[in-house]
Amino acid sequence: MLKIGDKEFKSRLFTGTGKFSNNNLMRKSLEASESELVTVALKRVDIKSDDDDMLKVLSHERINLLPNTSGVRNAKEAIFAAQLAREALETNFVKLEIHPDPKYLLPDPIETLKATEELAKDGFIVMPYIHADPVLCKRLENAGSSAVMPLGSPIGSNKGLKTIDFLEIIIEQSNLPVVVDAGIGAPSDAAKAMELGADAVLVNTAIAVSPNPVEMAIAFKMAVEAGRMAYEAKLAASKNFAEASSPLTSFLD
Amino acid sequence: MNSFLEVFRQYKWDDVKNSIYAKTSQDVERALSKDKRDLEDFKALISPAAAPYLEQMAQLSHQLTQKRFGKTIQMYIPLYLSNECQNICTYCGFSQDNKLRRITLTDSQINREVEIIKKMGYDHVLLVTGEANKTVGVDYFENALDLIRPHFSHISMEVQPLDQNDYERLIDKGLNTVLVYQETYHEEDYKLHHPKGKKSNFKYRIETPDRLGRAGIHKIGIGNLIGLEDWRTDCFFTALHLNYLEKKYWQTKYSISFPRLRPFSGGLEPKVEMIDRELVQLICAYRIFNEEVELSLSTREREIFRDNVIKLGITTISAGSKTNPGGYAAAKESLEQFEISDERSPQQIAEMIRKQGYEAVWKDWDAVLA
Repeated sequence: MLKIGDKEFKSRLFTGTGKFSNNNLMRKSLEASESELVTVALKRVDIKSDDDDMLKVLSHERINLLPNTSGVRNAKEAIFAAQLAREALETNFVKLEIHPDPKYLLPDPIETLKATEELAKDGFIVMPYIHADPVLCKRLENAGSSAVMPLGSPIGSNKGLKTIDFLEIIIEQSNLPVVVDAGIGAPSDAAKAMELGADAVLVNTAIAVSPNPVEMAIAFKMAVEAGRMAYEAKLAASKNFAEASSPLTSFLD
Repeated sequence: MNSFLEVFRQYKWDDVKNSIYAKTSQDVERALSKDKRDLEDFKALISPAAAPYLEQMAQLSHQLTQKRFGKTIQMYIPLYLSNECQNICTYCGFSQDNKLRRITLTDSQINREVEIIKKMGYDHVLLVTGEANKTVGVDYFENALDLIRPHFSHISMEVQPLDQNDYERLIDKGLNTVLVYQETYHEEDYKLHHPKGKKSNFKYRIETPDRLGRAGIHKIGIGNLIGLEDWRTDCFFTALHLNYLEKKYWQTKYSISFPRLRPFSGGLEPKVEMIDRELVQLICAYRIFNEEVELSLSTREREIFRDNVIKLGITTISAGSKTNPGGYAAAKESLEQFEISDERSPQQIAEMIRKQGYEAVWKDWDAVLA
């Protein structure tokens, strides 16, 4: 069981709500994924209305909302957005996304660290979206982060685990749950991240823009389960040297 | 580089034009097979040599757009605040020499327009005026933003170019996006089409996105008016401008529009006609060149064309537009900037989008974010 903040999750597949062709298909996909933590962009929902279409669809006993701050450019805006989301959506979970770069949506490490410190002090369960930077992950841990969410490759790119060498270091060093976020394009990428020892993955684009999002959600669910099972069962070690059946040094015995 | 003008001065119109028309099928194939395209690839994609590759370009553009933007189309609507204008533009219905009734909306008229637009379901609005600095200047815009801001999540403006400090004042009032089209990058033709008024200053206009970038605006929309000059060459300069802006003002988002000249009161026939196939080629070329830029299409285009380009790279469209001030509340009585082609209601457009397997997105920003 994965624990983040005060919540426990059976599913290690976290999902998103962007890019779907309609809310009905989004709901069916989320149900099929069995995801228990679903990120929602504050900018897409009307928090002043009790009747927002997306929020109605997300109203499900299994689903916990993870509001994200997508669109903010600095720590100050992020803190304000998180406070609004907490009040409107009644959750202290927040996915901290600070990307001043609107082209590739790459996260700002300095502003993210500042905002994490402030939000953690204010009682938030902070899950920052970051580059796969092992030192930043340790700094975020000290700053009171509840998990770290390093990217596999640029957001929405479906390019898979381009940062794998750094993800391995992060997973090895982290005392916090590591959620691989962004860039996961195929169930095999998700399985690979889980085999490495990631605690969870977050997948949105690969499901939402698939011609069959429901089937794809199921494929991701199974891949995450398989990857986690393989990690727990311990993968056989890979070897750099062959073990010859006729050893060359046996004459010394 | 202090402004785009320095980059622009390094290029000669005729050299660029010749280079575009000299592109070959090999250049097009190379551009299509690469992962990242540069400006030479863009030239190939808009060249006549790319015409036989249109379907291939459309498929690629479709894929790239879905990857970045998903199956969604953003909805916005223009709100014309004033048709007063001290410029003479040979192609525009607001031109000063066009002797028709001029209107600038009062507070109560603005409120009435807002009320009707909100009932249509809109949350993103584009404020539009001509150029009449004494009556429709920064003070007028500040007042308008105070009235409009509480009702919309995202506010764009398409008004006369302003100084950097004016933009800063308006950003403080909640302005998110400014659209400013160069009309044409052909400097001599620009002067012919803008013989009088502040708009005749080519340098001031071409440096407007720089002033916006320095002011820290969230999004800038650029483009050129198709029909004034050779569209391929003009669009190359738009792409060059985009490239420059993205690198210099890296925290700003960008969108591109490609308005084709439309009939209006007192009209100018397009010097260069662009057929539908060529507009599709251009839309796809922009997308293949730049996967992240927003591409916007207005109601200038015909219904059948708009229905079919939803899947080809467009990310943002308007619907139910009126191009005369007060046009939503009143019957058609004031001067229109141009005639619209697609007269369907926003709900009809949303339904058309839905039928094509896309979601019409009414809200994708929040006042809290800027």
